[in-house]
Amino acid sequence: MIKHFLNFEWKQFFRSSYWQKSIALNILLGFFALYMILSFLVLGVAIYPLLKKEYPESDPLIIVNGFLFYWFLADLVMRFFLQKLPVMNVKPFLVLPLKRSKIVNYVLQKSALSFFNFLPLFAVIPFGVVLIFEDYSLTTALIWMLTMVVFSLIINFVNFIIESKSAETELSFLPIIVIATALFALNYFEIVSFSKLVASAMNAITENPFLVTVPILVLIGVYLANFSILKQKLYIDSSLKAKTEIANTSNLEWTKKFGSIAPFLQLDLKLLWRNKRPRSSIFILAIGLLYGLFFYPNPMYSDLEWLYVFVGVFVTGIFMINFGQFIPAWDSGYYKLLMSQNIKYKEYLNSKYTLMIMVSIIMFVLSIPYVYFGWKILAVHFAALIYNLGINVYILLYAGSFNRKKIDLTQRAAFNYQGTGAVQWLVGFPLLFIPVGIFLIPYFTIGFEAAVATLIILGVIGIVFHQKIMSSIVKKYHSSKYKMISAFEQNN
Amino acid sequence: MIIATELSKKYGENIVLNIESLEIPKGQAFGLVGNNGAGKTTYFNLLLDLIKPTTGNVFNNEIQVNKSEDWKPFTAAFIDESFLIGYLTPEEYFYFIGELRGMNKADIDTFLAQFTEIFNDEILGGKKYLRDLSKGNQKKAGIVAALIGNPEVIVLDEPFANLDPTTQIRLKKLLRDLTKNSKATILISSHDLGHVTEVCERIVVLDKGNIVKDIKTSEETLKELEAYFSV
Repeated sequence: MIKHFLNFEWKQFFRSSYWQKSIALNILLGFFALYMILSFLVLGVAIYPLLKKEYPESDPLIIVNGFLFYWFLADLVMRFFLQKLPVMNVKPFLVLPLKRSKIVNYVLQKSALSFFNFLPLFAVIPFGVVLIFEDYSLTTALIWMLTMVVFSLIINFVNFIIESKSAETELSFLPIIVIATALFALNYFEIVSFSKLVASAMNAITENPFLVTVPILVLIGVYLANFSILKQKLYIDSSLKAKTEIANTSNLEWTKKFGSIAPFLQLDLKLLWRNKRPRSSIFILAIGLLYGLFFYPNPMYSDLEWLYVFVGVFVTGIFMINFGQFIPAWDSGYYKLLMSQNIKYKEYLNSKYTLMIMVSIIMFVLSIPYVYFGWKILAVHFAALIYNLGINVYILLYAGSFNRKKIDLTQRAAFNYQGTGAVQWLVGFPLLFIPVGIFLIPYFTIGFEAAVATLIILGVIGIVFHQKIMSSIVKKYHSSKYKMISAFEQNN
Repeated sequence: MIIATELSKKYGENIVLNIESLEIPKGQAFGLVGNNGAGKTTYFNLLLDLIKPTTGNVFNNEIQVNKSEDWKPFTAAFIDESFLIGYLTPEEYFYFIGELRGMNKADIDTFLAQFTEIFNDEILGGKKYLRDLSKGNQKKAGIVAALIGNPEVIVLDEPFANLDPTTQIRLKKLLRDLTKNSKATILISSHDLGHVTEVCERIVVLDKGNIVKDIKTSEETLKELEAYFSV
């Protein structure tokens, strides 16, 4: 049966129209993976000699064990945001002569084959090999490596539980942030010193190999917990069937001020508020706004003025990046309606444009308090805003005409964690880093003011030519209309 | 009103529609029947410019549909559930469509009043989004939305499927009244030969993309169609 499941997924992947479009993205992801692998390899090989050099008195293995808590915590957070849980459309299998447990086991075991479980090995194995060469006993090294693998699988399944639980809630990324921050804080203020606990546990295991059974038992426990959670979800009345929400209607009369685009604007606002996935892009705004606090209070970054550009584009453009990259896929479910109704593409796109620039301006206004850290920050944020309004917004709208992947807003069922993956963030890279590049050239040749002016001028050019740019974007949408319609009709 | 000339659609080598010429005069109630794969939905999709014809053109009121969008203001359609916006309540959906067709809320409210019977208290005023309605009720909402704003051309793909018997009978009456009282051209497709013969004045039978019969509906039409399909 496993053979069939794998076969189905293979077909689902390669027969989707998305695949043909996303080869470039897949290659980019491949490079990203390669980069991570290399970094981990270097880490694994170099850390022992480095520690030996810095702290000749102490045992590098003990030091490494002391840091494992942070490693595990980072692993968990990274997985939450980057690792895609296996998605499977289970409904067709439920009435076939198949044991439910088989389906669940398949989904769980597939998650164990994730890239994120192999990635740590690239650091763990070299470090283990170095240990053997440095005259640690063979059992110590092997047991250490085994324990690391077991822990990484435990984290995999813990993340599975967290992710599948939090996918049902509104603020899907809040639980992980709360858990991670709480653990970190408890450790940092030494209320419960997890890093010492993890370290002594690791030390105990390497000294007494039989203790490795404890993490293995934990792993089995987590797996079984996952198993029972998922198995309960395999009934169409519990979670495969969407819950009926009570509708709350609102007028949104104020949108009338926007004239002909008002009906679309209302539609977009309802889209954002009434569907879980786009709604998360609203909550991400809060994170975006606070993002500057990572950098600005830190004196280490205060001289890096180009960093302000990055933060500025991020803060004023986070909604754009999150929402804009899925235009027009948000409307894919009823795209045929829009195409046959009395709708002009121009108004439709102008509504998306208006929504994005409104949010950007609001975000800029809300970020004004950063002026506390220096007027230059405000100036750069303003320039970044203008750049977003004049350049990035058009890039996103234009890129939208290449969108071929349907977003199924109605699917809220279990096993559907559509769209939470590394790809979403990768798309934002050029939008964030190109302005930084543009800023750096005049910054180093002329000066700060010239660099700020460059961004503003570029943005203003875009804004001035709004009508022209929009009509060429509209043309592009017109020419890919049939392709979009047929792609949005496909599931997956 | 609607003229198709040399219209064909091929997917690779596979010809799914091939109509030499088909003219539907203004105000006609036009029915399209045929087995699965006959090309009914393909024809509607071409008429609505949702797919690109391989050869030929469709003219809607003398406007070539893939050249200009000016046919949209007087044309309305309900093909399938993908014409509904799931996260809106039925009222909001009607208001949205109404707004696109230049009708305000009050207009829509009066318009909707005539469908109280069909809606059967299950659609309006309920605290439900369209995505949470049953298939049949979704269909009702979609069909009614296609009637908003007195369109001159109404395209309904399989309007009777999924509807309960009472609504089927009411819908038939509604469509008949519509052709009698207004100048609307109605195009429907159906697998139910009885329903189409009752509603449509002209019936075209498609088979593998070709027109094989073009009948003006009469007493004998149902028998003729049954004889044709019972091969």
